Amino acid sequence: MTIVDIVKTALRYVPDVLLPGVTPVPFKKKHGRIGEPLSRIDGALKVRGQARFAAEVPMDGLLYAALVHSTIPRGRIATIDTSAAEVAPGVALVMTYRNAPKMKAPQAFLEGSGVAGSNLPVMQDDTIHWNGEAVAVVLAETQEQADQATSLVSVTYSTDVAVTSFDLAKQRARHPDTVLGEAAVVKSGDVEKALVAARHRVDEVYQTPRYSHNAIELHVATVRWDGDTLVLHDATQMVNGTASTVADVFGIKAEHVRVVSPFVGGGFGGKTLWSHQILAAAAAKVAQRPVKLVLSREAVYRLVGGRTLTEQRVALGANEDGTLAALIHTGIAATTAHNSCPEQFTFPARHLYAASNFRLEQKIAEMDMVANTFMRAPGESVGTFALECAIDELSERMIIDPIELRRRLEPTKDPTSGHAFSSRHLSKAYIDGAAKFGWSKRCVQPCAQRDGEWLIGMGVATATYPYYRMPGVRARIRLDAKGHATIATAGHEMGMGTATVQVQHAADRLGLPLDQVTFKYGDSALPAGAMAGGSAQTASTLAAVAAAVEALMSKMLKLAGNDSPLAGLKVADVVARDGGLSHARDTGRFETYVSILARAKRDLVEAEEAGPPPLEFMKYSMHSYGAQFAEVGVNAVTGEVRVRRMLGSFDCGRILNPKTATSQFRGGIIMGIGLALTEETLFDERTGRIMNPSLAEYHVPVHLDVPEIDVIWTDIPDPHSPLGARGIGEIGITGIGAAIANAVHNATGVRVRSLPITLDKILPHILEHSLSTAEGLR
Amino acid sequence: MRFEINGTWREVGVDIRTSLLDLLRDHLQLPGTKKGCNQGACGACTVLVDGERINSCLALAVQYQGRSITTIEGLGTATVMHPLQCAFVEHDGFQCGYCTPGQICSAIGMASEVRRGVPSDITPDLNDTSIELTRDEVRERMSGNLCRCGAYNGIVDAVSQTFAVGQI
Repeated sequence: MTIVDIVKTALRYVPDVLLPGVTPVPFKKKHGRIGEPLSRIDGALKVRGQARFAAEVPMDGLLYAALVHSTIPRGRIATIDTSAAEVAPGVALVMTYRNAPKMKAPQAFLEGSGVAGSNLPVMQDDTIHWNGEAVAVVLAETQEQADQATSLVSVTYSTDVAVTSFDLAKQRARHPDTVLGEAAVVKSGDVEKALVAARHRVDEVYQTPRYSHNAIELHVATVRWDGDTLVLHDATQMVNGTASTVADVFGIKAEHVRVVSPFVGGGFGGKTLWSHQILAAAAAKVAQRPVKLVLSREAVYRLVGGRTLTEQRVALGANEDGTLAALIHTGIAATTAHNSCPEQFTFPARHLYAASNFRLEQKIAEMDMVANTFMRAPGESVGTFALECAIDELSERMIIDPIELRRRLEPTKDPTSGHAFSSRHLSKAYIDGAAKFGWSKRCVQPCAQRDGEWLIGMGVATATYPYYRMPGVRARIRLDAKGHATIATAGHEMGMGTATVQVQHAADRLGLPLDQVTFKYGDSALPAGAMAGGSAQTASTLAAVAAAVEALMSKMLKLAGNDSPLAGLKVADVVARDGGLSHARDTGRFETYVSILARAKRDLVEAEEAGPPPLEFMKYSMHSYGAQFAEVGVNAVTGEVRVRRMLGSFDCGRILNPKTATSQFRGGIIMGIGLALTEETLFDERTGRIMNPSLAEYHVPVHLDVPEIDVIWTDIPDPHSPLGARGIGEIGITGIGAAIANAVHNATGVRVRSLPITLDKILPHILEHSLSTAEGLR
Repeated sequence: MRFEINGTWREVGVDIRTSLLDLLRDHLQLPGTKKGCNQGACGACTVLVDGERINSCLALAVQYQGRSITTIEGLGTATVMHPLQCAFVEHDGFQCGYCTPGQICSAIGMASEVRRGVPSDITPDLNDTSIELTRDEVRERMSGNLCRCGAYNGIVDAVSQTFAVGQI
């Protein structure tokens, strides 16, 4: 049991009213803009090409950067000759470990307050830690000159033995200290004995490969030193964490690094702090000029980690009535010695199913490679692939509908922590989804449905993702004499609709029209904001804004004074409406903000607050859920899989903006289609080098791969989260790998337990099945 | 080198190795056209040259001297957006917005190809001069424009709607 577990257990016995955060600030307004399908408020900027991304910030005297990458996985630079590059046209600097400034190693994510992808020092000596590490930075007057000069840098290496084989690494696999603060092993009872004794059994190994985020915007750092202050225009999902970690690297105060990132062209976990921002800042310091470093697509693969590979065992032992006597989910993920990112694939099994005995265990195997990192639903995406395929396999063995089996396994309280669920309506999500998708039309027997040369099948799987809310998130509200409110917090917009939803919320809470609210974000100079991670930014920001609005109202009421119709009222007595405050019941007692400020002769009122500590998810088991449905066609001749229809039925609390939420869910589902069928970062186990570092050879889903995706939700508010909303950014990808794999099985009778489900894994078995079930196919 | 860009003739001296994409972004202050891969795999850099869509990252600027180039900044007017831009907002045909300029320029070029009777890989009859722009035709023809946020359904909605009423 970790300390966190002990605290969580203790909180179970504390009444909600005594715990800040467990009961959110009440939302008095019933018919506001929250819940409306508002179009994105930054939409016009984006469709006109006017949204300025980090590579598009003009600076006088800008130098362009290009990188040279190591070609060995481990060892030392024996010689490095930069003389030809240094005299090439336009070149201003060639930086290597020999002339780079002395810098501290960055703190990695979950290490102190660091947010770096790895804690390796950046270009400080001749050591090579992975194949693709940057060994030289070239700065030149134009990008063409910088790119060409990199070809003039010659490097030789002395190679050390490297661990680039997963099988070799597995031999030294160990438990990580924690899995994101949770224990690496969670167990109850003698599970192996229960498994052996069980009436029905499934015991299989599932494999998932490496994946890359592949946000279409390349990673960028456009940097300038103003004396001792660094201005970093970054493409990042964590402006505050980047500022403090980079400041620590350069040995300067956190407030001397300003990170600006108003628009981010997709992140998915990959737009965090890697070596390129540090290299750009270091090179700018040496050259004493502003620098723009736009990574090439290949350089993104070389310098920025992705989702790691996993090998997972799921064993299920069921009683005759469909309840579980044994649930085993164990496995190994590849990581490095320089980061803490164990890909928490056992998390779904910790919360989804009731079982009398269980063992959930994660190990890590260290390899010499670019540090792996968080990618959309780290753990849950690939963990649900293994678990939900195994549930499907069990349902097949028991001759029971997979949705009915899941209904029988539904727990009454969290199966591993024992906490009460805050709000769990997974069964409703299944009922609604099955009805809308037409699940009853599915043929139970595989290979039973055919459309020309296409074998048709349906599959289903559970989606799940935890609710998180971040501590210490602050928001500032400034209300001016014209009644315009500006909300400021260092949050992020990577396409989630952050600004849109926050404006909807603030407008409702302040009783203002939408055009009287501005949301400022994406700048570390603003009050500390939520990082865009863990599907937690919206709830974290909502709680901070709600607290700041309360503080602002309190100031307003004081300012109103005795001559106001609001005289003597407290925050609890009033509601905001029509650009002012009103007594909650005696609606005649009302005054506008403009009037209050005018009488007080004030230009503005300002309040800044933090949300309460996030104790709600320490006390309750808080998760989002969903039922993912897929219909696939598998070509009986080629083995090609095409997704024909998808439906996601979600239980994520209250949906704040149906239009942007639908896009978030669909986006996750589409990334899930890639995870299931086409995506894989190919790693050469001989050399430790990524072999397909390009969008031409790493296949993300394209238009033609994506059918109509139907999305529905329960819209049942969670009583313990701000506005009743839980995160929606990551759950969409969870369950998709299994839903598609289960559909492929329903179509063909073939179980593919290794992602991606490429045709070579299906075709030989289809032929066998076609022969054995030739009658059925005719 | 001279180019007609968004209706205005521009003259600029750049390294002959400069791609049309880098010319726009780094030398002409038109960063609406995006760089996603620099190798013609993602379509974020799509612009229109004399009405035809091309990947500007695969084009050297010198090759396009004297040609008429339209970028995302050249669509609509200063005050009124192009109908396809409006439709992208209405149908939420984007999230982060980075691939969006390329998607929009590509769709306009694609619409003209369909009206000219240019068949796609999935067009049933290659000799048919009147091609029906089904949703699958849109998908096939737009597959060179990647969207990692996964706004594909909204993009197909926006393109289909504006094509149906002759706005692209």
